[in-house]
Amino acid sequence: MVHVSATPVLALRGVSKRFGAVQALTDVELEVHAGEVVALVGDNGAGKSTLVKTIAGVHPIDEGAIEWDGKTVQINKPNDAQQLGIATVYQDLALCDNIDVVGNLFLGRELTRRGVLDEVEMERRARELLTTLSIRIPSVRIPIASLSGGQRQTVAIARSMLGDPKLVILDEPTAALGVEQTAQVLDLIERLRERGHAVILISHNMADVKAVADKVAVLRLGRNNGVFEVKTTSQEEIISAITGATDNAVTRRAARANGEDSQ
Amino acid sequence: MSTDKTSKAPQDTQVAENPEAAAAAVTAVDPRLLVREQGLAGYVGEFKRKMRAGDLGSLPVIVGLIAICVIFQSLNSAFLSAENISNITITMVGTGMISVGIVFVLLLGEIDLSVGSVSGAASALTAVFAVNQGWPEWVAVLTAVAAGAAIGAVHGFFFAVLGAPAFAVTLAGLLFWLGFMLQVLGENGTINLKSDGLIGQLTTYFFADVAAAYGLAALVVAVFFATSYLGNRRREAAGIPTRPLSETVLRTALLAVVSFAAAYMYNQYKGLPLATVIFLAFLVLTDFLLRRTTYGRKVFALGGSVEASRRAGINVTAIRISCFAISGLFAAIGGLFLASKIASANQSAGTGDLLMNAIAAAVIGGTSLFGGRGRTWNALLGVMVIVSIQYGLQLESIAEPVKYMITAGVLLTTVVIDSITRKTQKTAGRA
Repeated sequence: MVHVSATPVLALRGVSKRFGAVQALTDVELEVHAGEVVALVGDNGAGKSTLVKTIAGVHPIDEGAIEWDGKTVQINKPNDAQQLGIATVYQDLALCDNIDVVGNLFLGRELTRRGVLDEVEMERRARELLTTLSIRIPSVRIPIASLSGGQRQTVAIARSMLGDPKLVILDEPTAALGVEQTAQVLDLIERLRERGHAVILISHNMADVKAVADKVAVLRLGRNNGVFEVKTTSQEEIISAITGATDNAVTRRAARANGEDSQ
Repeated sequence: MSTDKTSKAPQDTQVAENPEAAAAAVTAVDPRLLVREQGLAGYVGEFKRKMRAGDLGSLPVIVGLIAICVIFQSLNSAFLSAENISNITITMVGTGMISVGIVFVLLLGEIDLSVGSVSGAASALTAVFAVNQGWPEWVAVLTAVAAGAAIGAVHGFFFAVLGAPAFAVTLAGLLFWLGFMLQVLGENGTINLKSDGLIGQLTTYFFADVAAAYGLAALVVAVFFATSYLGNRRREAAGIPTRPLSETVLRTALLAVVSFAAAYMYNQYKGLPLATVIFLAFLVLTDFLLRRTTYGRKVFALGGSVEASRRAGINVTAIRISCFAISGLFAAIGGLFLASKIASANQSAGTGDLLMNAIAAAVIGGTSLFGGRGRTWNALLGVMVIVSIQYGLQLESIAEPVKYMITAGVLLTTVVIDSITRKTQKTAGRA
């Protein structure tokens, strides 16, 4: 069993965010502990992306408080979040196709030696990082363009690990990936947890959520709609929390399917 | 993250800690992936695979250069004479310098159409300062070169800050600086430069001592071998894959053959030309800047993905402006060499096919028009092709119209080769 510390790495207390006439987030609460994977789920427009962007410093919050290691902090710009130790991997991976894996891992924070790029040290550290994360890349010296979608995703995640963040936010990391590649990314998420990182995972895929998450935080129309322990919660319960009712198209369909099975 | 494992190879520690993960990492290599084997055989195998995958690099242009030499030599035995080759390598410096600047802009995936006019304007400024105003020549030269960089930075400002398309901004620049040059040159239209002055000497000075050319060749080869060898030693010490020594030796040997052949050839005529030395120095400098510094890495990143660069904290605006400034800087330097060749600044400077030749040289050499791929050495190879053809046709006294058409054919061929290799690369997943 993974050890979970008492003080959450990140805690949101009554966070609200408004865009003009739209109340995107209302009194949202969220806690993430070290060594814990929290899946953030919700339908389109539920406020998942907005919530992540407030944590990453893209949108400052209007009301409420963000606590980091138990202390209230201000996150007003992406740099603030990075300083705290929050790394975000967005859905569009933001890698440069023409640059090799090592170059992409260190993009914007290249190591230099007497003013010259220290390719040797960067390659050594890149190899070390990829090995410790058991990431499968054919060569660290081939351009990103040559990699498959799953390999690119793992490179993007590995890149977020370079600053040794305490919290990693992954936005739909398995969208548009094949079976094998999805498994690779899920493996990687588990490895992040084993190494004591807190992880927030945004996903629409319930199978992925069930596979790797410890807790599921459901957002509905910008509000909390329950936090569930994955082990003790069925997929149907999560889905009804997402859709906001026990009587709707999804549950009716599930009930019909059960009825057919029993006949 | 484990940073305390510096002394041991990462694989070994991994085995000790987590044998399962290590096993996974070892078997993880996709069997379809072709990783180069050690030794020369592996090198040959990789070369063949690259050819099939359309990763041609500089090969087409080198093959083209050899073909040009064979064709023109068979037509006229004077083509490969020391005098002709020496002249070609001096003439190409002007266009080549401009082309080096163009490479920076092309790497961003943009284009600079103003370089021809800027080179003309810089030569006119130099002549006015040095001859009409009587400034010392070196002050005039530095002022003109700085003016070139400033002009480029202005173009960059309109593109990067105001968001105007680089094509349109530099097209306006082309017209403006052409007008500026004509204005500066005044009624007369031509200002003659002292042929024994600093600018005149740029293309007429030769290091006549035989030792100069051989010494430079030896220095180049020695530095190349030393950096390759020491680099490999460092990689070995860090426990990451290295090039086999045989490969380093082979590369050095190839470089030595080319360098010493060139040195021998120069010594058959007047000696090592100053222009060539300056051109090579700038090529080494810009190549180092692009491939070995964080600045260069940022330029390539911008050519790959602007959004990724921005998120990585790269100052996109500053890099864009700087690339246009470098383009203007090298346009001005190229303009000085072109002016030096005719020992005057006149109204036709920077006009005609100069712009097209400079861009064509970069592209023929293998710089991608779509950004993110290219080296400044491409400018050298490309300009060699263009100027060789010009000289070859001149020896055959083929008329000007035909020269234009043949150069156009060469450019079109290169672009077609570029497009086809791009397609092949896409299918081979190496685009």
